[in-house]
Amino acid sequence: MMLNRKNKGLTGRLGSMVAITAVAALALTACNSGSASSTDSSSPSAGGGDQKITFIPKQLNNPYTDVVLGGGKKGATEAGFASSQVVGPLEASASSQVSFINAETQAGTNVIAIAANDPDAVCTALGEARSAGAKIVAFDSDTNPDCRDVFISQVVAKDVALIQTKLIAEQIGGSGEIAILSATANATNQNEWIKYMEEELASNPAYKDIKLVAKVYGDDNDTKSFQEAQGLMQAHPNLKGIISPTTVGIAATARYLSTSAYKGKVALTGLGLPNEMRPFVKDGTVKEFALWDPAQLGYVAAFAGKALTDGKITGAEGDTFTAGELGERKVEKGGLVIVGPPTVFNAENIDKYNF
Amino acid sequence: MSSALDHKNAPAPAPAAGARSAVASVLRMRELPVLIALALLVLVTYLINPLFLTAQGVKDLLLNATIIMILAVGQTLLIITRNIDLSVGSMLGLVAFGTGSIFAAVPDVPIIAVFAIGMAFGALLGAINGALVTLAKVPALVITLGTLYVYRGLNNAWAGGKQFFAGDRPEEFGALSVNTFLGFPVITLLAIVVVIAVAIYMSGTRPGRDLYAIGSDPDAATAFGIKVSKRVFLAFLANGALAGLAGVLYASRFNSVGATTGTGMELTVVAAAVVGGVAIFGGSGSVTGAALGAVLLTTITSSLTALRVDKFWQQAIVGVLILTAIIIDRVASLRTAKKLRISEARNV
Repeated sequence: MMLNRKNKGLTGRLGSMVAITAVAALALTACNSGSASSTDSSSPSAGGGDQKITFIPKQLNNPYTDVVLGGGKKGATEAGFASSQVVGPLEASASSQVSFINAETQAGTNVIAIAANDPDAVCTALGEARSAGAKIVAFDSDTNPDCRDVFISQVVAKDVALIQTKLIAEQIGGSGEIAILSATANATNQNEWIKYMEEELASNPAYKDIKLVAKVYGDDNDTKSFQEAQGLMQAHPNLKGIISPTTVGIAATARYLSTSAYKGKVALTGLGLPNEMRPFVKDGTVKEFALWDPAQLGYVAAFAGKALTDGKITGAEGDTFTAGELGERKVEKGGLVIVGPPTVFNAENIDKYNF
Repeated sequence: MSSALDHKNAPAPAPAAGARSAVASVLRMRELPVLIALALLVLVTYLINPLFLTAQGVKDLLLNATIIMILAVGQTLLIITRNIDLSVGSMLGLVAFGTGSIFAAVPDVPIIAVFAIGMAFGALLGAINGALVTLAKVPALVITLGTLYVYRGLNNAWAGGKQFFAGDRPEEFGALSVNTFLGFPVITLLAIVVVIAVAIYMSGTRPGRDLYAIGSDPDAATAFGIKVSKRVFLAFLANGALAGLAGVLYASRFNSVGATTGTGMELTVVAAAVVGGVAIFGGSGSVTGAALGAVLLTTITSSLTALRVDKFWQQAIVGVLILTAIIIDRVASLRTAKKLRISEARNV
């Protein structure tokens, strides 16, 4: 590696130093532009004062998250926040969000809306933020309930699980082996859905002939999910269906199935983005899959944050607040706020959606 | 591994001296341990789970190895000269996203033109690495660690949350990684052609041999009149072009290309080269070995999945392989050094 270059004079050494510094500086700016994303300073509306809301998604540049955050920014403006911004890690890992939370605490942000990569890893940092006066709204993926004020859930977790088991049961004709291809092994929302799916498969007599043979994790990485899908086919020759409750996983699996000998033989359903899944629904690889409108999730989160920071709600059961054009939302047991029912997409209706 | 094999096979009766030396040279091949490990791995997996070698199974194995194979060939050119390029994953990501952008902007662009643009783009990125390394005379490890983040940052800034999906690209382009010719997927054949071409260049041409000379002893190479900087720069450029090719193929094979495409790939690529017998201190190894190393690494993942072995063991197994490869390398170089000392002592 050109380490043992002799006779390097002072100029040479100076040159190296300059070059190293230059590269390091470049690298730092590049990191910066990637991880600390845009700040939209919308004009402060009446009663908004200078309240700030910051969204910390699981990972930046994730298409699903972008739709959620789009709704969040819209909600923040309508709810009357002076400014809203999005910061977050580029990789979804347990500890990566902590430094962003700390920075928000120091900046005196009023509301931190977070989708947790790990329910407990972010707790200490969120605790510090709360003692500094910030309100914590968890969305998409919950933190430990002790660490936030409310949790905005897409839909009732159980409904998400049940719709997926129902879809797969219909598609494989009510009997056979199925597998689940999830995101990371410790994702809160994924594991909750999987738990409900397992319970439903075990308890509902209509599903008695369906056997869940494997749970694998593609880490929300296209390449890894792709290989996991291949592995499932080889490890389980009698596999009849796959549930992938994550947008990256279902798209990667659909791509693999549509380019392999298993197309049409193995059913696939789960949670996907219509734009991403459109070609696979049209070519017959996927019959039906589900999702909620992700934009509404961010939208409601912004309004919940506003209600919290204005002292209108505390996150206790029975509190109600108005979420703009979506109307009134109620805080349920455990600080849970539900956005809406899941939608099922198929060849007939998929062209009506654009997200 | 290789020393054990030499032992086992050495007493085997060789009919003629010529045959014996041929056998011996085969046994001395650095690629041999990898080849044997690969054969054993495939055989054992097949015996336990026959589905491993169905037509679709073989196709998947080859496809999985294709992109890493091409990247490993490029990386080998650099490692042989005592350099390294850690930015390959980021370069691949940029080119893959660029490929998606081209098809989105000009849907009926000829596919061959996309390959040309992708490789030129990769070559440009590689040339930046090469220029920084050779002009600034800073270790490639540091420079390319920097450009790893710079290129990834550019990709994030360029792509944002935008992704291009397989559906946005023409069907014939995606078909390159679906269609087969004589049982081989088209893009795998392309990778094999690359491996053969570079292997011939490395062993049969003057510039190719120069790369080995540079890696063995840069000072001696300079003294001998080899244009070290120029050769190293061109190696970086070639590596960039290959990363560009890999990026285009990535877009052909996988569903989505976006800001995070190719993240973390560099380590797999360096691991493939090292496992394939390319000495990390330069001067020895072959692109064929590196390509085999890539096949071995990707096959391990597939076979552990097919055998239903816990995912978490895979990384440990890859680690053990790397350590084994390095130990073999060390033992081999010590033996060569000893032999040289003895023969030189006799000559005196």
